[in-house]
Amino acid sequence: MIADVRTIVFAFAALFFSTFSFAGDIAPADRKSGYDFMTPETKAMQDDDIVNPATLWVLQGETIWNAKAGAANRSCADCHGDAAASMKGVAARYPAYDAARGEPVNLEQRINLCRAEKQQMSRFADESRELLAISAFVARQSRGMPIETGADARLTPFIAKGREIFTRRQGQLNLACAHCHDDNWGKHLAGATIPQGHPNGYPIYRLEWQGLGSLQRRLRGCLVGIRAEPYANGSLDAVALETFLMSRARGMPMESPAVRP
Amino acid sequence: MTKRASILSPTRRHFLTGAGSAIGGLGAIRILAVSPALATPETLASAMREVTKGVTPQPGKIKLEIPPLVENGNSVPLTVTVDSPLTEADHVKSIHVFNEKNPQPNVASFHLGPRAGRASVTTRIRLADSQMVVAIAQMSDGSLWSDRAQVIVTIAACVEEIN
Amino acid sequence: MANAIIKVPKTARRGEVIEIKTLVSHIMETGFRYSTTGTHIPRDIITQLVCRYNGTEIFRADLYPAIAANPFITFFTTATESGTIEFQWTGDNGFSERASAKIDVE
Repeated sequence: MIADVRTIVFAFAALFFSTFSFAGDIAPADRKSGYDFMTPETKAMQDDDIVNPATLWVLQGETIWNAKAGAANRSCADCHGDAAASMKGVAARYPAYDAARGEPVNLEQRINLCRAEKQQMSRFADESRELLAISAFVARQSRGMPIETGADARLTPFIAKGREIFTRRQGQLNLACAHCHDDNWGKHLAGATIPQGHPNGYPIYRLEWQGLGSLQRRLRGCLVGIRAEPYANGSLDAVALETFLMSRARGMPMESPAVRP
Repeated sequence: MTKRASILSPTRRHFLTGAGSAIGGLGAIRILAVSPALATPETLASAMREVTKGVTPQPGKIKLEIPPLVENGNSVPLTVTVDSPLTEADHVKSIHVFNEKNPQPNVASFHLGPRAGRASVTTRIRLADSQMVVAIAQMSDGSLWSDRAQVIVTIAACVEEIN
Repeated sequence: MANAIIKVPKTARRGEVIEIKTLVSHIMETGFRYSTTGTHIPRDIITQLVCRYNGTEIFRADLYPAIAANPFITFFTTATESGTIEFQWTGDNGFSERASAKIDVE
């Protein structure tokens, strides 16, 4: 099965071997959410909270939000109050610039920074059930709101770095993200429709994973898929790419936590 | 400059040493394309026979709704509905769902009764490959009814090998 | 994740047919998979969901590995009287999860 995918993708790559310039960014009017490429059944799974398995994580996240913990015996709610008010719009503008670090941090990193610095607790492990639950709960509060990531001018050099990664050929197949997601979205690759790659629903319940996962996990999966070296979780390259992808989706409504195939 | 993909990337090394970790590790496990023993027409027939006791179900009364094409075999929505007055004298006792090509032929058995109100059950199933799904309803008078549907299962393009 | 979510109407008329939706957190490990190192991953699934209405069983589902992860099951029942609708999921390795909802029937 992997050999078949590789053959198909390699044929694609061969088509673009002589192409040095890209068809270019997707025009704002042509931008489509991954939701638009799904079957009606999968859409229905996202539309109803009781049918969407991600709700299980959101509810656990709510419990974590209210639980007092750590040396400071503080819960998220003690500082941030009602998440529906205080977290409204937050996920829609992440990754955000962190002045102390001088670089952007994504939502999961921000949550862990709060845990370590404000609650005096150990970080949640990357991709752990707890971290996914609390990030799903926080992101849920931005559902329906337009993405605003990138409005901050301090993010400009990182978005440029992310764009450079997105358009750079990588891996054994010598493919750039843009080859599929800018130039060939809507077409099929091994039976699956290629989406435009907007991260407007993270963390997502992915049918392929049979569980909830972060954008970092999805990006690593993509890179492994094109036979490129995946980035370490939370590395600057990975966060710069995430920042670029969110700014590329600026204005599109958040769907978190979404369902994706 | 393009980087060559490393066979033993840091993430794979991490997985091999950290195989004890629960959900994170499990999420990274790839479903192998070759499974040890797929259901055969014989195992499907014998699984159905356990319910039908050799009697051939008639077509009708039960409707199996399942999309003809799914984008991922891990989660396939399915609804079975049986036309029945659902009275004490005439109701649906049970509904059984089978598949043709998964390693095991049974999917689920639902036990209803006269209080059901409407004999309709919805769930999500897994299908390992494009195949036929069969649903059999057993009524309170012992009669058997069946419906079947063909489903095409497509796969994700870039199968995640390692987390 | 939260362990289980159930959706039962809070009120109903006597004799009304009501829809019940359930979603439970479970990996539903099939027992047919192998890790990348070749070790067999043992089966770990929910095998049964039982629903009782004021103590009387109104629905039972026997589940096999072919049920998708985080099992989602919906069914119908008749609102007969006010009381409690209880759900119990049981499975491999002693798995047990319960949930309940009150219903007011006029």
